[in-house]
Amino acid sequence: MCVALPGTVLELDGDVAIVDFSGNQVRARAGLVPVVPGDRVLVHAGCILQKVSTDTADEMEDLFREIDEILSE
Amino acid sequence: MDLNTIKQFLYEYDGPDMNIMEVCGSHTAAIAKNGIPGLLSKKIHLISGPGCPVCVTPSAYIDRLLELAKQENTCVVTFGDLLRVPGSEKSLRMIKGEGGRVEMVYSPMDILEMAKNEPETCFVFAAVGFETTTPVYALLMQELVKYDIKNVKLLTALKTMPEAIGFLCENGAPIDGFIAPGHVSVVTGSKIFEPIAEKYDIPFGVSGFEGAEILTALYAIVKMRGQGRVINCYPAVVTAEGNVEAQESVETFFEPADAVWRGMGSIPGSGRILREEYAVFDAGSRDLTEDKKKNQACRCDQVLMGKIKPTECPLFGKVCTPLKPQGACMVSTEGNCFSWYSNHREV
Ligand code: SF4
Ligand code: SF4
Repeated sequence: MCVALPGTVLELDGDVAIVDFSGNQVRARAGLVPVVPGDRVLVHAGCILQKVSTDTADEMEDLFREIDEILSE
Repeated sequence: MDLNTIKQFLYEYDGPDMNIMEVCGSHTAAIAKNGIPGLLSKKIHLISGPGCPVCVTPSAYIDRLLELAKQENTCVVTFGDLLRVPGSEKSLRMIKGEGGRVEMVYSPMDILEMAKNEPETCFVFAAVGFETTTPVYALLMQELVKYDIKNVKLLTALKTMPEAIGFLCENGAPIDGFIAPGHVSVVTGSKIFEPIAEKYDIPFGVSGFEGAEILTALYAIVKMRGQGRVINCYPAVVTAEGNVEAQESVETFFEPADAVWRGMGSIPGSGRILREEYAVFDAGSRDLTEDKKKNQACRCDQVLMGKIKPTECPLFGKVCTPLKPQGACMVSTEGNCFSWYSNHREV
């Protein structure tokens, strides 16, 4: 039931955002997290739930470092 | 470290047996779709948990929706997933066929437009969900209050995950690690699972929904066996603290309450209901505690607690199929039985 998909905010008019999902443009409600056009966001049930961070490569590296550290304790 | 190392490790793992539960229905679906059980050593067992809000909604709740749909000048508004879930006798779809008024939407916010166009009709949203969806209902409540909209109400069956996971641990579910629900964690933050991890010395991996993400989380969980730690393997959208603004909106309108889970009974503090001051927006959620099975032989309760696999239910695939579901787990596309059935999953 609670699928959430990542898209990109194209426009923002008050609390209503137009979000692009690989070519499909959909209206979504903002209001749970501040967003600006250009942001990558996660949309659930017609509402923007969270911003998606774009430097995931770095984050995955941090993650693997963390796993390694846990293991060597 | 790279994905190949992870795959090799998981395939060749020869340590003590590990039961790992994916709590979330979207993970159950992603695991089946990506063929993950076939990539794991025979010593790693994946168990599906109670992680789909549709599957855990008790029959009394559905029955109440049915009553509402039959009332004059009343319309039940719902996500499509709920339409075929059996109450004690019938489902919303059956009532609709009999002239009850039921509308399906993609977003709870769509109800605002409906209410505006038909001021004489009372629109009741079937507000089911976990921590992921509750903030959306909080946004809806903001609008209802702000514009003083009187013909929209919520029938809530809102659940919270940590309490349910705690209940499983408390009741002897044989689990050595959890894949924590990803989208719940987006809102709550990964931190919320730390107290349970520590209390039961069970590792949690917060995971995304891609095959590689799930494998990474599994790798971390297996490596952390016996350690009460939470590791966030979904950093693109999950932080330790979660979405604090969303949490605050939820706090404004909802308070913790005991909640009934289909098959598991009432779990203290595992739900949310509208606060007393917003009770006028409640369509009667407080007393929906009964949970009658449509088919007595349905074993959803044990399936949801990870005690049996869907295929061990005697009705599975014979009497109970997605076209003729006997229990809720066969209805939702994220339901355990549905997922096993439609992917021909056997282990
Ligand atoms: S994403 Fe949320 S609602 Fe959907 S299956 Fe996972 S926990 Fe359940
Ligand atoms: S197979 Fe059907 S009857 Fe059996 S537990 Fe699953 S939903 Fe219930």
